[in-house]
Amino acid sequence: MKKVFQRPRYLKKAVFHYCPGCGHSIIHRLIAEVIEELNIGEKTIGVPPAGCAVLAYDYLDVDMGEAPHGRGAAVATGLKRVLPDHIIFSYQGDGDIAAIGTAETIHAANRGENISVFFINNACYGMTGGQMAPTTLLGQESTTTPGGRRKDRDAAPIDLSEMLAIARGSVYIERTTVNSPKSIRKTKKAITKSFKIQMAGLGFSLIEILSPCPVNWKMAPVEAARWIDDEMIKTFPLKVIKDTAGKID
Amino acid sequence: MIGEAAIRAGCRFYAGYPITPQNELTEYMARSMDNIEDGTFVQAESEIAAINMVIGASMAGARAMTSSSSPGISLKQEGISFLAAQELPAVIVNTMRGGPGLGNIAPSQGDYFQATRGGGHGDYRTIVLAPDSGQELADLTRTAFEYADKYRSPVLMLADGMMGQMMEPVVFPEPIDVSLLPHKPWTLGGAEGRPSRIILSLLLNPAKQEELNWKLERKYETITREIPKAEKYMTDDAHLAVIAYGTAARIAKGAVKRVREMGLKVGLFRPITLWPYPKNDLRDLSRHIRDFLVFEMNTGQMVEDVKLSLEGKSNVHFYGRPGGTISTPDEIAKMINTLYHRQNLEEE
Ligand SMILES: Cc1ncc(C[n+]2csc(CCOP(=O)(O)OP(=O)(O)O)c2C)c(N)n1
Ligand code: SF4
Ligand SMILES: [Mg+2]
Repeated sequence: MKKVFQRPRYLKKAVFHYCPGCGHSIIHRLIAEVIEELNIGEKTIGVPPAGCAVLAYDYLDVDMGEAPHGRGAAVATGLKRVLPDHIIFSYQGDGDIAAIGTAETIHAANRGENISVFFINNACYGMTGGQMAPTTLLGQESTTTPGGRRKDRDAAPIDLSEMLAIARGSVYIERTTVNSPKSIRKTKKAITKSFKIQMAGLGFSLIEILSPCPVNWKMAPVEAARWIDDEMIKTFPLKVIKDTAGKID
Repeated sequence: MIGEAAIRAGCRFYAGYPITPQNELTEYMARSMDNIEDGTFVQAESEIAAINMVIGASMAGARAMTSSSSPGISLKQEGISFLAAQELPAVIVNTMRGGPGLGNIAPSQGDYFQATRGGGHGDYRTIVLAPDSGQELADLTRTAFEYADKYRSPVLMLADGMMGQMMEPVVFPEPIDVSLLPHKPWTLGGAEGRPSRIILSLLLNPAKQEELNWKLERKYETITREIPKAEKYMTDDAHLAVIAYGTAARIAKGAVKRVREMGLKVGLFRPITLWPYPKNDLRDLSRHIRDFLVFEMNTGQMVEDVKLSLEGKSNVHFYGRPGGTISTPDEIAKMINTLYHRQNLEEE
């Protein structure tokens, strides 16, 4: 009998601790699948964040080195400069990358560090209990935006990916989501492209992935998936934001 | 000086951010790393970024260094705490300046507490080396990298602006062959032919955290046994000893020479490791020396370690000038003289 679905080689035999309907587990799986398909598992090093995905190293079966909150791009820079032939990625939440770690991210992009960054945008601080993230939508409720995020008090959400596209060293930036089989396939393609860009030595790439956080959004998983289509993409449209790499195999 | 010594010690990764009075070091690394095949220099966007790059480089197995001055070292503290928790070797140079706040760029020793008490959060220690001359800067830089690797720990070099600007003849140790350094079996390098590795510091289970804390503590006990170091100068027959480190010790040495000419039996005790503090050496001295004068370029920080070491067995006096003011040997000699006679210590 032909096996059509199995655990990817680079996903450990562990049960995800993520909440039901959480995007992190899907994204972990995609990264593991791509690493296997590109046959780079033995030279890949991942940098997990402080955030719900801090435990990514319990699931991804590659070398992993944990970074302080927000500093993924800097730690990845250190790793990549010492091990230029290795594949280095950082995995960061929206609070991690677009608030506390903004400077490290912008400068890594501008330097054209040859790394892959996976930016998981769930419009909230998941791990600390649902506070406002820099990406929280206007009007969206969070524990620190009672009554909804207001522009006059809380500012409007930040478009980090668009800002990074301006950086001279960034090569490829795409915003995707994982709320449907189709969008998941698209995200996988983007992750693949990001790693291929790194393998070709072209420079900085980043995939922003809109990812459901049903618990903090106070929605059922299906509702959360729909909310991405109905609300989130109005602020964060799904698209290739920058691509100077073109087609690569 | 530190730059050349670091490269000769096998440093292959440096990240830094400009701050006076230590820009010479950053600039030296920028020039030198360019000529080293596997050398990396990054001018980081902040001290925070620099220490985190060092974390990455250290995870990858490189001998890595960053440097800064007081305000910048404050920014690095989270990273230093991570280095300690993740048991990563790294060398951090603090060329201290006057503080708190922006302070000034004059030589100071105001960061003693920050350096020796941990600086960052959590239950950890940092090895702290305090050179007092150009030669020692060079020698201790080598030692710093060796200790960092041996104990898998961050090592702090505590210097000040005076040393940063010093011009002295120095004999550098021979460069090491980086390829001959012992293999580090814990680094990240891709899980080729072995199970994957994790370097982390998040230990949600308090029992696991406690286990790490005790493991670190055992390491710190070993370090405390193995590396304390101090210089004793003219202490054998002394009735009074000045205790000072770094630039203050150089000034104090000049003062000791002066009062010796006047017939006062005075020596100098100069801690070279500030953590671990050379307690036993100091306690030995207290068998025949009853009065100690601690001299620091701050309002009195090391004086706590002196008192802890002596456990009330001797008289501890203090003289200090904070804020970047520099005492002259004459000034210290005067202090010694007054104290010597006040305590009725006998002359030759
Ligand atoms: C210096 C520092 N400040 C704050 C925290 C607390 N903290 C941990 S994760 C986090 C935010 C997590 O949000 P995000 O990056 O969006 O990741 P998510 O959990 O949503 O995936 C914060 C503020 C920390 N670990 N370190
Ligand atoms: S809190 Fe949100 S981001 Fe965190 S695991 Fe739960 S669903 Fe996922
Ligand atoms: Mg988030």
